[in-house]
Amino acid sequence: MLVVLTVIAIIAAGVLASVNAVTAPQIEKINAENLAAGIKAVMGSDEIQVSDPWEKDAFVVYDINDKAGAKLGKAVVTSENGFSGAIKVLVGFNTEGDILGYTVLEHAETPGLGAKANEWFQDKIVGMNPGKSNFTVSKDGGDVDAITASTITSRAFLKAIQNAYNQIMAETDATSGATQQTTASDIETPEVIE
Amino acid sequence: MNNFKVLVNGIIKENPTFVLLLGMCPTLGTTSSALNGMSMGLATMCVLIVSNFLIALIKKLIPDAVRIPAYIVVIASLVTVLQMLIKAYAPEIDKSLGLFIPLIVVNCIILGRAESFAAKNGPIASIFDGIGIGLGFTLGLTALGAVRELLGTGAIFGVNLWGEEYGMLMFVLAPGAFLALGYLIVLFNKYVKKA
Amino acid sequence: MDYVLSLILIIITAIFVNNVVLAQFLGICPFLGVSKKVDTASGMGMAVTAVLVVATIVTYLIQVYVLNAFGLEYLQTIAFILVIAALVQMIEIILKKTMPALYQALGVFLPLITTNCCILGVAILVIQKDYDLLEGIIYALSTGLGFLLAMVLFAGLREQLDLVNVPKSFEGVPIAFVTASLLAMAFMGFSGVDGGLKILFGL
Repeated sequence: MLVVLTVIAIIAAGVLASVNAVTAPQIEKINAENLAAGIKAVMGSDEIQVSDPWEKDAFVVYDINDKAGAKLGKAVVTSENGFSGAIKVLVGFNTEGDILGYTVLEHAETPGLGAKANEWFQDKIVGMNPGKSNFTVSKDGGDVDAITASTITSRAFLKAIQNAYNQIMAETDATSGATQQTTASDIETPEVIE
Repeated sequence: MNNFKVLVNGIIKENPTFVLLLGMCPTLGTTSSALNGMSMGLATMCVLIVSNFLIALIKKLIPDAVRIPAYIVVIASLVTVLQMLIKAYAPEIDKSLGLFIPLIVVNCIILGRAESFAAKNGPIASIFDGIGIGLGFTLGLTALGAVRELLGTGAIFGVNLWGEEYGMLMFVLAPGAFLALGYLIVLFNKYVKKA
Repeated sequence: MDYVLSLILIIITAIFVNNVVLAQFLGICPFLGVSKKVDTASGMGMAVTAVLVVATIVTYLIQVYVLNAFGLEYLQTIAFILVIAALVQMIEIILKKTMPALYQALGVFLPLITTNCCILGVAILVIQKDYDLLEGIIYALSTGLGFLLAMVLFAGLREQLDLVNVPKSFEGVPIAFVTASLLAMAFMGFSGVDGGLKILFGL
């Protein structure tokens, strides 16, 4: 009876190995395509070249150029702990640090509440510059409306993007001379309050 | 005709969700929307049909003592094949069902039908049993998903009926799963099973 | 120190915040099937906890030293379920020979545990969450304790339910589901606690 079981196990392993051989490249292709489509979406342009990513701390940064080779900006994968687990966001910046777009890659937030982050902020933060505006939720005196009943998710989401911004701006400063050094202190002083 | 009876039996008299109460983990865990419930039901149905068929085919070759481990190997391979296919060709489904796809292996429905039906009947009848039970499971999960989605977000299959702001969020969350299933079983007992 | 705090966080999260039955929907079959009496419920809970810990250790070692080492990750499901099935059999035999008293108490539950999806679920989750072996063991242990807690609470409620009049259509399983729903609602009170602790611990 052991023979029968062994034969079945060997056949099963053989079938799995062959299916795996077919599907593994397809899975890789889909992951790569999703990432490419995500980057195009957050950069708001199809005419782009994406560099090989470089990683710094928890961030993964892609340098983005247009087809002619001129700098367009950067796409950054960043994450922060939300209400339940990490929220992973892909966010695109132009060379000035303005947000071109974002997409939530992974999250475990409450369905119907924090899970709305992927749609909620689209018309709120796109075009903003985390260095030039008060990039926190309005409850904390900032410029962004939080998701209804999901302040913790919203704070984490904004912090993830703020961190990504700080990261790439520090990088830009280091390579191209300190031109935007003042941004960090701007964040602390709120805009005019009436 | 006989095969037809087998099929209907799985949908009503032995409905896995409302009568046999088998496979409760995916039933509760994946029905936060009608579409998720339906995908899970269909995925389980695929495995069930093929495993019923294969086990009915090879049952004479397997000594009684190693029956269960042999069935488990067959089922686990089918589930893994399905998992790889879903990952490769339907990544969206993989994202929403997550852990519950590999857990189809331990869904009592599949091993249960292998033991109680496929091991005693021919391959063709076993296919029909797989379709019947699979459909019953899919209908149960879709119904539960639809109720939870409608009460929780005001939509069915993503089509909004009366606006998200009238949704009772609890039904999308864990307590709503238990509550909705409990009430659906009451309704099923009262109206469908009696008939 | 951070490591110890992160272990404490895993314990609290697995028992209360992400309770295996009430929030993750794993192990529902025994939760409904063996919860009519508190003592059988606690017996089942303890048996599951024991198997969970042993199974997690073995599956972790298999994942790292066999599957990962030879690039066979796609055999994960099939390898894990066979290991779990074999392990449950072995535990049953060993208990019978060496600790007959414990076997008397847990024995009847052991065969049922193979198809308890929380065992396979936790084994896979430990790999998915990139835990190391100690974290995996702690996670498995506290998931088992969470299961035990849910079982005992639920069985206590169901014992009380026997004493009251229930509408006829609700008798048996439906009222158990409604009760489970209320219990799950109570456990929702813990949601977000893990995030707060994370900040408190400075992780």
